[in-house]
Amino acid sequence: MSDDVSTQIHEAIQSAISENPVILFMKGTPDQPMCGFSARTVAILQSVGKPFAAVNILPDPRIRQELSTVSNWPTIPQLFIDGEFVGGCDIVTEMYESGELQTALGVEDANGGEPAPEPAAQEPAPLSIENRL
Amino acid sequence: MTDSGAPATPEELKERIEVGIPGATADVTGDGHHFNAVVSAPAFHGLSRIAQHRLVYDVFGPEVGGRIHALSIQTKATASETENIA
Repeated sequence: MSDDVSTQIHEAIQSAISENPVILFMKGTPDQPMCGFSARTVAILQSVGKPFAAVNILPDPRIRQELSTVSNWPTIPQLFIDGEFVGGCDIVTEMYESGELQTALGVEDANGGEPAPEPAAQEPAPLSIENRL
Repeated sequence: MTDSGAPATPEELKERIEVGIPGATADVTGDGHHFNAVVSAPAFHGLSRIAQHRLVYDVFGPEVGGRIHALSIQTKATASETENIA
């Protein structure tokens, strides 16, 4: 039954969110984002310098479907900090520029008040990539 | 996902936001697939950003991600009291 697979995906998403203090669900990977909004959010997180887990939602449409039932949010990317849904690209950008994101991530507010960085061109970063889905 | 019906327009999105959220004013730009909406409404007052953005997404339901491929949102709570805003 495909319902069983959806339930498994749902549970895998929930444990990924609870096991990773900072986790981004995105299109593509941090090294190879497949959407401008995902790329921008990755660039912001990398600029803050906090390690984060990333899950590519593209391999199976059910990942996005189940993620949206967890977060009650229709768009990708989606950032969770300490198990709580924080927002998508727009909210993460606003929070970065106001310094709230740095506070939420427990990082010194080095860049607060500055415009959000544009996505860097192919810049490999030491990220932990979690994709068991 | 395939589009259904006519392509979305910034004018349509603006009108639906302003009808769907009482007292809202919206500035919408976009190319038929990617849209950017700046929405001000007294209904946002006291809500978190997530809750404010959800109010806007809720106007369009499952169309977001489908017919409306992407919708960027900036929200502003307008005071219900009289306030001078330049």
